[in-house]
Amino acid sequence: MRFFKLMVGVVCALAIGVPALPAPAADPVKVGAVLSLTGGASSLGDPELKTLEMMVDQTNKAGGLLGRPVELVHYDDGSEPGKANVLAKRLIEDDKVDMLIGGTTTGASMAMYPLVERAQVPFISLAGALVIVEPVKRWMFKPAHHDRMVGQRVMLDMKARGYTSIAMLSDTSGFGQSARKEMLNVAQKVGVTVAVDETFNPKDTDVTTQLAKIKNAPGVQALFVVTFGQGAVVVTKNIAQLGIELPHYETSGVATREYIRLAGPAAEGVRLPAPVLMVAADLPDSDPLKKLSVDYVREYESRYKTDVSSFGAYARDAWHIWVNAVTLAKSVDKAKVRDFIENTTGLPGTSGMINMSPQDHLGLDISALKIVTVRNGKFAIAD
Amino acid sequence: MLPELLQFILSGMTLGAMYMLSALGFSMIYNASGVINFAQGEFIMAGGMAASFLSAAGVPLPLACVAGVMIAGLVGGLVERLAVAPARDAAVASIIIITIGVSMILRGLTEILLGKRPYALPHFSGEAPLALRGATILPQSLWVLAAGALIVLGLSLFFGRTRIGKGMLATSYDRLAAQLVGVDVRRVLTLSFALSAAIGAVGGVVIAPISTVAYDTGMMLGLKGFVAATLGGLGSGPGAVFGGLFLGLIEALTAGYVSSAYKDAVPFILVFIVLVLRPQGLLGAKPTDRI
Amino acid sequence: MTHHPDQSLPGSRQSSILGSILGRSDARRTGAGRVVGLAALAAVVALLPLLLPNAFYFDVAIRIAILAVNGIALNLLMGYTGQISLGHAGFFGLGAYGSAVLTTHFGWTPLPALLAAAGLTAVIAWGVARVILRLRGHYLAMATLGLGIIISIVLGNEAAWTGGPDGMPVDGFSLFGLTLSGERQWYWVFGGLLIGTVVLAQNLIDSPAGRALQALHGSETAASVAGIDVGRRKIAVFVLSATVSAMLGSLSAHYSGYINPGIAGFLQSVELVIIVVLGGMASIYGSIFGAVVMGLLPQILAGYEGWDSVLFGVILVVTMIFLPRGVVPSLATRLRSARLAGKGGAAC
Repeated sequence: MRFFKLMVGVVCALAIGVPALPAPAADPVKVGAVLSLTGGASSLGDPELKTLEMMVDQTNKAGGLLGRPVELVHYDDGSEPGKANVLAKRLIEDDKVDMLIGGTTTGASMAMYPLVERAQVPFISLAGALVIVEPVKRWMFKPAHHDRMVGQRVMLDMKARGYTSIAMLSDTSGFGQSARKEMLNVAQKVGVTVAVDETFNPKDTDVTTQLAKIKNAPGVQALFVVTFGQGAVVVTKNIAQLGIELPHYETSGVATREYIRLAGPAAEGVRLPAPVLMVAADLPDSDPLKKLSVDYVREYESRYKTDVSSFGAYARDAWHIWVNAVTLAKSVDKAKVRDFIENTTGLPGTSGMINMSPQDHLGLDISALKIVTVRNGKFAIAD
Repeated sequence: MLPELLQFILSGMTLGAMYMLSALGFSMIYNASGVINFAQGEFIMAGGMAASFLSAAGVPLPLACVAGVMIAGLVGGLVERLAVAPARDAAVASIIIITIGVSMILRGLTEILLGKRPYALPHFSGEAPLALRGATILPQSLWVLAAGALIVLGLSLFFGRTRIGKGMLATSYDRLAAQLVGVDVRRVLTLSFALSAAIGAVGGVVIAPISTVAYDTGMMLGLKGFVAATLGGLGSGPGAVFGGLFLGLIEALTAGYVSSAYKDAVPFILVFIVLVLRPQGLLGAKPTDRI
Repeated sequence: MTHHPDQSLPGSRQSSILGSILGRSDARRTGAGRVVGLAALAAVVALLPLLLPNAFYFDVAIRIAILAVNGIALNLLMGYTGQISLGHAGFFGLGAYGSAVLTTHFGWTPLPALLAAAGLTAVIAWGVARVILRLRGHYLAMATLGLGIIISIVLGNEAAWTGGPDGMPVDGFSLFGLTLSGERQWYWVFGGLLIGTVVLAQNLIDSPAGRALQALHGSETAASVAGIDVGRRKIAVFVLSATVSAMLGSLSAHYSGYINPGIAGFLQSVELVIIVVLGGMASIYGSIFGAVVMGLLPQILAGYEGWDSVLFGVILVVTMIFLPRGVVPSLATRLRSARLAGKGGAAC
């Protein structure tokens, strides 16, 4: 609460006519996070914060970073990108953080980026859209597959199963609309026709109208729902209600056990691309991604007594990418750390093996996205 | 009838019943106190959350639902006593700000007490959809419609037959005159908030199995209720019923036949047109300026 | 609708300094008070940078100035004509997106884009005002609320132009080859804009037209009887208020470098109404006070997640209960009566 103290300081200074004293230089390494802890994207931001807090504890328990303790300063943008911009400024200018994580949403990340570039701080965004890493932005990185890859993975699976005419139902949030655009591009390239293209508001309590249109559209072979969180639950339940038998695809945005719990039996058979994490237990022991994923799930669930989600896992990977770079750079110097992040190679994460380069600030390929399906109330690797 | 059209109408009616319950709450408080209560959505949320939380904690479903409604009603009454009543002489705009403040408090407290994750109630009578001429409807939607109908019936009895109900009506026509003929106006105002909250909460409880409920689901439903109440005519009971159902139907039909991208804009465009043609709403009485 | 006596009758009873702070005192006595109030404001704007340690604090100050200008614009409408608007952020958004789209997609330079966006907003506001200002009270609130939401939905849906819900980047503001950069330069732009807006609002209020406006709030019927063209005056204020917000929106879009449809949304409109009512309807300095509160509170409460919403709500409720006419007018009245009491209870 430096800000608050400073405000008090300013008031006192005004009262007695002495300038406010600057706070003493902080010893710990500071990580700043702007996350959507309330509002539309809070179901994403919440596991992200929980994970970051867990990571900080783990790092500090293991002796800190370069012998210094690590401190997390985080603010809630209320799912409003405009606020993220102010808060990023606060983290950079006032809290003087050594790196930034966050921007739960693409809007927030993009609103923060102009400041990040001016201040030259390494920044790892947790948002989903392609625009975060393409075109490459010098100071911004991304630990999770972007929406175009998610689209490619789904479309390839559809193609392989012989579905060439599909219906798409996307939500009107930033996530849904950015993904929708990418999906339409990918579909065209892969040779899948989007015969019905409907949208819904993620806050809607009923989507049967759009689904009835899809149900009655001739020639549609599969349904792709592009959304996350509560919206996906409503859609999935409505699909069951209308008795729609079409193969049902979702995005990696619903790769949470909470989705299965809330949607219940209606979720059975849903196919979606998910990071390795969700099916880690089913992987062979030789897989380098298995142990860290299983460990993360176990630690998270025992600490918070709640279901793990892929969004938390993105935050985990963001943390490890940064820790790895700092360790290699033997410094928290922002420019050095940025260079080492850009050269991350062979770092295993919950979304796959990370190999970044100056041309690629994502460093993941599509093979690490597994198509999973819900079977007996659990995610399982689809055949 | 086309099965598709029937499906649109069924979902429109379910939505509409929900909006109607929200709108009835708006109108009742508006009638009694001249206040637009921006915390109405939070009452809906509070009912749904309380019932879901109790149910998840092992309380039998019927009991959890009743308790949820009562808790919300209690919250409504407390809101009136603690926040609205002390500012009775303030300007309307100030009281609007108070209700906005109350909605923030309720949302924040729910977030702190019950967390941010969404809750779902079990369906009251199973999830197997009922088929109807090629369209389907969930048994839970019938619950929503039935709850809406029962409340409308109950309210008309309440206002037509009971002393306190008649007192509320009298207060809405002329507060001073009602006071002079012996109506306890303070009690009426508190009751109007408690009752509005309870009605909203019924909506929150019956819709929770279908849509899930979280600490921040109130605002959208509250806003739609305001639109519905205005469409029908602020302060008019039949107006709220009509406005709610009409809004639900129009939304579903727009999404079905026009554009799902602009379906959320339609209620507002509609209210615009209606107000331009009939500034007092579809069923509202013409307002007069007191000099 | 219910008409509360307290809402109306902006009094002509304040003495000079307080009067200037309330911004609605008697014409005969305004001169000196207005100058003192303005000088105080100018001094704060000029000296504040000495106390601001880094760019973040400049940013907070700038955002307060933006809120204040927007609040004063809305207060002209709400405070002086009694017309509630729950969609005012929509005009701010139109200005912001007008500038952003014209500079990004059509290669316009910022100044013509700003003027075009403001002109367009004025035309839209004029068209809308002609229709909706016939409505009363909550019906007007509903119509303006709808207008704001429709604007933000359109901004979110027309992704080809606006970047959709994720928003779009906006270039910096440059004029004659000079580009404004950094919070410290922008601070003076918005600080100057705030002072300019205060002057404009004060002149407007003390003009014959302004007197007519205040009469509207007192009683529309009486104003009509007195021969004031009620409809035309209301429309003029609505358009002025919307245009000021639009120009402010353009500038702040260039300042922040990234905009999204949320800036035009319902929550933003509510925030503006809170600024006006919390500070005091029809009080210019009240709106500045409201802006300071709304600009600082979220920053002070950030980090108390969950509790921030509760505390904010409690502050709103408590303020409105104890200072129902808004902080500045209520306190001023109390101060005044305390002073009168000190003088031996001189007659009003």
